[in-house]
Amino acid sequence: MTAVFTAFKEAGLASLVAFLLALPLIGFRTNTTGTGLNFEFRWEALVVSVVIVFVGRCVLTSTRGLWQQSRLHLPSFGYLRSVIDRRRVSFAVIVVLVALLFPFMPEVDRRAIDLATLVLIYVMLGWGLNIVVGLAGLLDLGYVAFYAVGAYTFALLGTVYDWSFWGCLPIAGAVAAMFGVLLGYPVLRLRGDYLAIVTLGFGEIIRVVLTNWVALSGGPNGIAGIPRPTLFGLEFTRRTREGHSFHEYFDLPFSGDHRITFLYYVILILALVTNVFVLRIRKLPIGRAWEALREDEIACRSLGINPVNTKLSAFALGAMFGGLAGAFFASRNGFISPESFTFIESAIILSIVVLGGMGSQIGIVLAAAALILLPEALREFSEYRMLVFGLAMVLVMLWRPRGLLAHRKPTLTLYPSGSRTLK
Amino acid sequence: MTINELLRVEHLTMRFGGLVAISDLSFSAAQGEITAIIGPNGAGKTTVFNCLTGFYKPTVGRLTFTVQGKQPVYLERMDGFRIARAGIGRTFQNIRLFPAMSVLENLIVAQHNELMRASLFSVAGLLGLSRYYDAENEAIELAKKWLDRIGLISDADRQAGELPYGDQRRLEIARAMCSKPALLCLDEPAAGLNRNESGALNELLRDIRDTQGIGILLIEHDMSVVMNISDHIVVLDYGQKISDGFPTVVRHDPRVIRAYLGEEEDYDVDAVQPGLPC
Amino acid sequence: MAYFIQQLVNGITLGSIYGLIAIGYTMVYGIIGMINFAHGEIYMIGAFLSVLTFTMLGVTGVTWIPLALIMVLLVAMLFTSAYGWAVERVAYRPLRGSHRLAALISAIGMSLALQNYVLLTQGPGVKAIQPIIRGGISLYERGNFTVTLSYVQIFIILLTVVLMAIFATLIARTALGRAQRACEQDRGMATLLGINVDRTISLTFVMGAMLAAVAGLMVTLYYGVIDFFMGFVAGLKAFTAAVLGGIGSLPGAMLGGMLLGLVEAFWAGYFSVEYKDVASFGILVLVLIFMPTGLLGRPDIEKV
Repeated sequence: MTAVFTAFKEAGLASLVAFLLALPLIGFRTNTTGTGLNFEFRWEALVVSVVIVFVGRCVLTSTRGLWQQSRLHLPSFGYLRSVIDRRRVSFAVIVVLVALLFPFMPEVDRRAIDLATLVLIYVMLGWGLNIVVGLAGLLDLGYVAFYAVGAYTFALLGTVYDWSFWGCLPIAGAVAAMFGVLLGYPVLRLRGDYLAIVTLGFGEIIRVVLTNWVALSGGPNGIAGIPRPTLFGLEFTRRTREGHSFHEYFDLPFSGDHRITFLYYVILILALVTNVFVLRIRKLPIGRAWEALREDEIACRSLGINPVNTKLSAFALGAMFGGLAGAFFASRNGFISPESFTFIESAIILSIVVLGGMGSQIGIVLAAAALILLPEALREFSEYRMLVFGLAMVLVMLWRPRGLLAHRKPTLTLYPSGSRTLK
Repeated sequence: MTINELLRVEHLTMRFGGLVAISDLSFSAAQGEITAIIGPNGAGKTTVFNCLTGFYKPTVGRLTFTVQGKQPVYLERMDGFRIARAGIGRTFQNIRLFPAMSVLENLIVAQHNELMRASLFSVAGLLGLSRYYDAENEAIELAKKWLDRIGLISDADRQAGELPYGDQRRLEIARAMCSKPALLCLDEPAAGLNRNESGALNELLRDIRDTQGIGILLIEHDMSVVMNISDHIVVLDYGQKISDGFPTVVRHDPRVIRAYLGEEEDYDVDAVQPGLPC
Repeated sequence: MAYFIQQLVNGITLGSIYGLIAIGYTMVYGIIGMINFAHGEIYMIGAFLSVLTFTMLGVTGVTWIPLALIMVLLVAMLFTSAYGWAVERVAYRPLRGSHRLAALISAIGMSLALQNYVLLTQGPGVKAIQPIIRGGISLYERGNFTVTLSYVQIFIILLTVVLMAIFATLIARTALGRAQRACEQDRGMATLLGINVDRTISLTFVMGAMLAAVAGLMVTLYYGVIDFFMGFVAGLKAFTAAVLGGIGSLPGAMLGGMLLGLVEAFWAGYFSVEYKDVASFGILVLVLIFMPTGLLGRPDIEKV
């Protein structure tokens, strides 16, 4: 009985606060009219929001035990993790196989492939940023800057000089890495939060420059007509000026799906390369030095590790993958403008890394899928989607502050797992 | 036997604003010897270490470090990581391991520079060339040797942060040794250890001195450790050197006794029980 | 010269607004060591509440301006501080003690949510109100250029000075201020000494939100145009100001705000309006590189 009473009391307090919060912004709304502003009172909305909070709080209180338990040991995640740990190789093979066969699965239409492509872009960005945030422990809130640099590098080379996607890809990566070094060098000695803000500032600076330097970037209008990737010179168009297009060469009827599918495979390969690279470098001296630096910079210095160069290498490599993903993005869309490179993008990518569990490669895939598909699933409520997205970020952090799959495996071991006898 | 001078500190002075932490300190440390720096709290011992290992830049002074067969280097204007590369390893008063990494990884990270060279800055490793794997196996062998020595071989795959306190202390020493220093600087290695553990530590330090042929510089509060194993003691008080010499000489030096016990002249350090924090 | 003085006046006005927001950042950072990313949104909410209250007063016929200003100030501060309190209670308090990134992500999520909440409830368009305080003083005339110090500017600068004085007293003299400073130094010890840490932190958020509400009111008066997205850039700049002044230092936040306002006004006046944000962030980077503790921050001695 007292439990019920407490629950109601708490819910009552919560709805009182909710009333106070909702009264001015939900209860009233100012409207622009011909003569200035007037306001309307929307008591229905006010009542509804207070009731929602009351009920929600009651539910939360009565299921508090469940919530706490799920925070600590969520059965499905625990199971998933043990599967991943025990059968790392076969699990990875299954995931890759599913990804490879995805476009040919039943019920998978053009839109699904396109969406999967988008998810893979973010998976790649997440894996790239993971080098910086997850491994080296450098908080980067301006990762989108490198994404933008890669995209614009390719867009300019492709539209001005007619260079091909594959030729520009390494250049875009290199230019982004160079920006990483240039921006990183002066600021990498800063403490965590300062670094976060400075990188955020850099992200904004690059966006402002792209918006205003019309001669270079086309300003807010962006760049259109960016060349698409080709398959060994074969284009995915109905007709080409010279040479063959894909469907002619293979004697297929023309279909727009070919291009979509091809783009999917391009990003899949790029993402897999990123993944293999990150998994490998983690087990190399530089990767271990990144992790050591994240753990204790002073101890690193006492062991002869140059902190600035080591951080810089993480920053540059992370930037490089951002740039590669950017070049792909530009090529896929055929059009880019500064609007695609706002802070929200950085926030989403960082959330993917953190939600995925900081350093967990598979966690990043799950988080990217969740964060990109959630707004898509909410498309019918498109007005509410960013609101729900923001609240979901908060809720997931409250629920699992260490991310979905936070678990670190040593980069090398003396003993087979679980045993204490030498290999 | 000729004694090789490894480190010579001349006129070291460190000021923080108006506070003089160390003033005009000179001493030297030799290869194959354990040199202890002792002194009451706040005497400036850790500051000396931080100057030696590049965390502070001394206000005045010359710190010459000479590894046998190499050109002398001057530490006073070098970056911390370059000093470490020149051959000075150190541990910290409040242990600084890489807590989320495994015990073995801690020891491998200590061999970072050699592995970086062997892997051509990781490129060879990325390409899977054998020259990197050979170097990595060598690094693992060295790590295993030290793990054996400190008795942590069966904990090699555990997270360093999970180890008991005493094990962490020993691991930190092993980690410093894996970076193959010519001079090992230990900042209160016996702090927080029980009597057994501190006995084992004495053994370990003597063993390192005798078998590795390196110099050890030690800050310590625990008199039983200091008097038992040091070959040479430097006593600091208020940032100034008040005594310097063999343990037997230092322990009877009236200035040392005064610094530790106040002005009453009748006491002798011998009367203080070994093991008491002075 | 006339132009210079005009930019100086504009810069100080703008700086007051930045400074007031910056205090919210610096206090929260000082006490719990996190960047309250949603603080810019709190300021935006303050601005919306001001516009709403002005509209309501206009409709109900309160025309005596000093009374209207005081009422708007009180309403905006009250409701905005409720938002500040709720954000801390819901999104940050449960994460205190877990790692820093979790709180930061939560704050970014909160910032997005609040932005879109206002977008949904108040609509996407800009809200413009008629100037409330009109007129000004001509300080200086030269040819066809007149330096004016408008009454709005006088109001903003005076209000800032008054608030700063109240605030400084609050922090230096009251039990709450002492509790705050104690929590800043060592939260565990403060708990042991019987300080209610939760309440102190809540009050810190409330105070920060109140000042942000005032800044929101000022910007409403000064520009007369607001929208749901205004909190982001303003928040970023205010954080820049807090860092510039030395994060954790209240006078530093105000000083940083002033400097940033001046830099922006002069940059916009003499170079280019488009790149004024670049100038502000450029300053931030330079300060952090050459003076990482800011102008008035405590030196950060590396403990080994």
